[in-house]
Amino acid sequence: MSEREIMEYDVIVVGGGPAGLACAIRLKQLNPQVNVCVIEKAAEVGAHILSGAVIETDPLDQLLPDWRDHPPPICVPVIKDEFLFLSKRSARKLLTPPQLSNHGNVIVSLGAMCAWLAARAENLEVDIFPGYAASEISWSENGEVKGVIIGDMGVDKSGKPKDTYVEGIEIQAPVTVLAEGCRGHLSKQLIKHFKLDQDCDPQTYGIGMKELWRLPEGRVKPGLVQHTIGWPLDKQIYGGSFVYHLNDNRVALGFVAGLDYQDPQFMPFEAFQQFKHHPRMRALLEGGEIISSGARAIIEGGYQSLPTTEMPGALLIGDAAGLLNVPKIKGTHQAIRSGMLAAEHLHAQGDVITSQGFDKLLRGSPIVSELKKVRNIRPGFYKGLWLGLANAAWETATAGWSPWTLKNHADHATLKTNLSIQREWVERELPPKDRLASVYYAATEHDEDQPVHLQILEPDVCLTRCAEEFDHPCTRFCPANVYEMVTDEQGKRLQINAANCVHCKTCDIKDPYQIINWVTPEGGAGPNYQNL
Amino acid sequence: MKVLVFIKRVVDYNVRVKVRPDGSGVDTGGVKMSINPFDEIALEEALQMREAGTADEVVVVSAGGNECQQQLRTGLAMGADRAIQIDTDKTLQPLSAARAFLALIEQQQPGLVLLGKQAIDDDNNQTGQMLAALWGRPQATNAAEIVINGNSALVTREVDAGLEVLDIDLPAVVTTDLRLNTPRFVKLPDIMKAKKKPLDVVALGELTSHDDTNLQIGQWSPPAQRSKGIMVDDVAGLVGELKNRGLL
Repeated sequence: MSEREIMEYDVIVVGGGPAGLACAIRLKQLNPQVNVCVIEKAAEVGAHILSGAVIETDPLDQLLPDWRDHPPPICVPVIKDEFLFLSKRSARKLLTPPQLSNHGNVIVSLGAMCAWLAARAENLEVDIFPGYAASEISWSENGEVKGVIIGDMGVDKSGKPKDTYVEGIEIQAPVTVLAEGCRGHLSKQLIKHFKLDQDCDPQTYGIGMKELWRLPEGRVKPGLVQHTIGWPLDKQIYGGSFVYHLNDNRVALGFVAGLDYQDPQFMPFEAFQQFKHHPRMRALLEGGEIISSGARAIIEGGYQSLPTTEMPGALLIGDAAGLLNVPKIKGTHQAIRSGMLAAEHLHAQGDVITSQGFDKLLRGSPIVSELKKVRNIRPGFYKGLWLGLANAAWETATAGWSPWTLKNHADHATLKTNLSIQREWVERELPPKDRLASVYYAATEHDEDQPVHLQILEPDVCLTRCAEEFDHPCTRFCPANVYEMVTDEQGKRLQINAANCVHCKTCDIKDPYQIINWVTPEGGAGPNYQNL
Repeated sequence: MKVLVFIKRVVDYNVRVKVRPDGSGVDTGGVKMSINPFDEIALEEALQMREAGTADEVVVVSAGGNECQQQLRTGLAMGADRAIQIDTDKTLQPLSAARAFLALIEQQQPGLVLLGKQAIDDDNNQTGQMLAALWGRPQATNAAEIVINGNSALVTREVDAGLEVLDIDLPAVVTTDLRLNTPRFVKLPDIMKAKKKPLDVVALGELTSHDDTNLQIGQWSPPAQRSKGIMVDDVAGLVGELKNRGLL
């Protein structure tokens, strides 16, 4: 077995999202001579990322002061905010919470914005490598992160090389910046390995699902931003919807459900589709067509769940660390700021760069003080919707000065056996009719002849404990119908339709036994989100 | 032998394309663009020929604006020796493309010209054939296998009736079909090496002054929606429905 080929850089950025790209751009702005690469598993920057998204523009103004001269392709200024409480047949406007007041913000497609940022990064001579998955960490002899190892390509289902086999190269750098986003697989390994989360609460998450629709003329009001709570969720489940009116008769709509839900029968995808059938939404969507759809886990733990963000040879930025502001439901501005901060920290050290000192810098920065201010809002909802709202009002009024900090609890431990809630959901006719139809619009693609990238670490659990306790919730929480219990001549078994996977990471998070381990499939595989 | 491979920048095969609401074309805003898959197969074949020693230089060519340099660089990263961009902001119809390619062939004097059998955006399947005719040289299209024998080649073609083997004199035009090969993955270090390989730009006007736009696209529309099927209870019911629709 020959030695792997090695490429060397000053800084490796894993992940081509807003955090990673902001970091790479800032590094080059501070020192055009520095060698930076961005490794991105999607075939194209932006293809694996999705978000609402309404973003705060200050960090972008700081990073690229002239960005408004050539803005990203979808960039609609917010004109109006609405916040609604839905019941099954009606909607009532509520006072818009200050965190959801978007004056001065813009609605973008995060995917399109990342592609736009990547072009700016390339102009500064950042080496961007889409289509390559950073699959493993490269370790130095004294246990430090030395770099990453790119996944092998052209491997068949059983792990053997095919004719097209290419061994993944190793990329080494003094510092690897992990910008993989929520529940990144390398970040997950490193957090465990270096015990970065031993002093903080468990991390918590939500699942976000989104569809981009084109509607008949005259229905879309560009710049209108709507958020709803209430139906179809019951008071135990945190979540709600967003509807953002874009240009060109397009509307971006989506649904978020906290993954701390207790009902094993709950299906987040179905909740999203039910929301679309609320009389108000149906009136908006009828006659339109879906252009694109997708899903991704959202990191919600905030301040209490923030791990130590530095380790020997690497650091965590963006949602790989967990910087999203849940009450605002915005993480992009935090991601950009953290990327810039990391770049500035590394640059300030001169010739010999190290990750040391980044965590202290981050915790002393406005990025974390923003999280601290809202830290008690999301956990308040563990007591249900009404207490959660009351607590949120208190926390907003006191601007986070409460002398206490509510604790976060692990999402995978919240399912309750034998809980069964009657949901009174309606018959649906709007597309997509089921998860398979939805996955079509995610344009996700995996070569079938490759190792399955969803590893079940203890397969016996499925047919024994899980069948009894929770009735296979994986078959319901996955938005892409990857997990199926099938019965054939061999009996009942778990079938993993890995090719459907949209890389959302929900299974890795919510599986109650924590036996599902998401790893990277062959580089370039996965969704091809367009303008999401 | 020098091999010229012509590639086209097209919408990636994974993209779910949509027709613009006004029927003026397909919405390609913000969509992923790639090398036409059949052209990628053509390039792979040329690279395999060079590795086997039957070719000594592989030149990859594309006609388009500066965006197509992205695909040319990918071609260089796969292993092509040189790249040429025929610079134009017009969308070339097959005949125009063939004329431009012919002018380049007359400059470059290749022993073999490879193209994909058709582009996946317009599915014309014409450029290779027109090129061969204008050039006055043999053509073998839809190739599933190419064996070079000195100054000639044995090309196995996929045709409706099965497989057909042609023995053609070189230089010639061969267009590629799906089963010819599986294109290689690009190794990361090769992307860096590709940045240093030569990429020349020649304006379309320098190659040809012909302006063939003999086809005018009238309108684009999406395929008609399939209407819902109905379930029938038995054969009698089926026969009844068919009779009702005048089909029996």
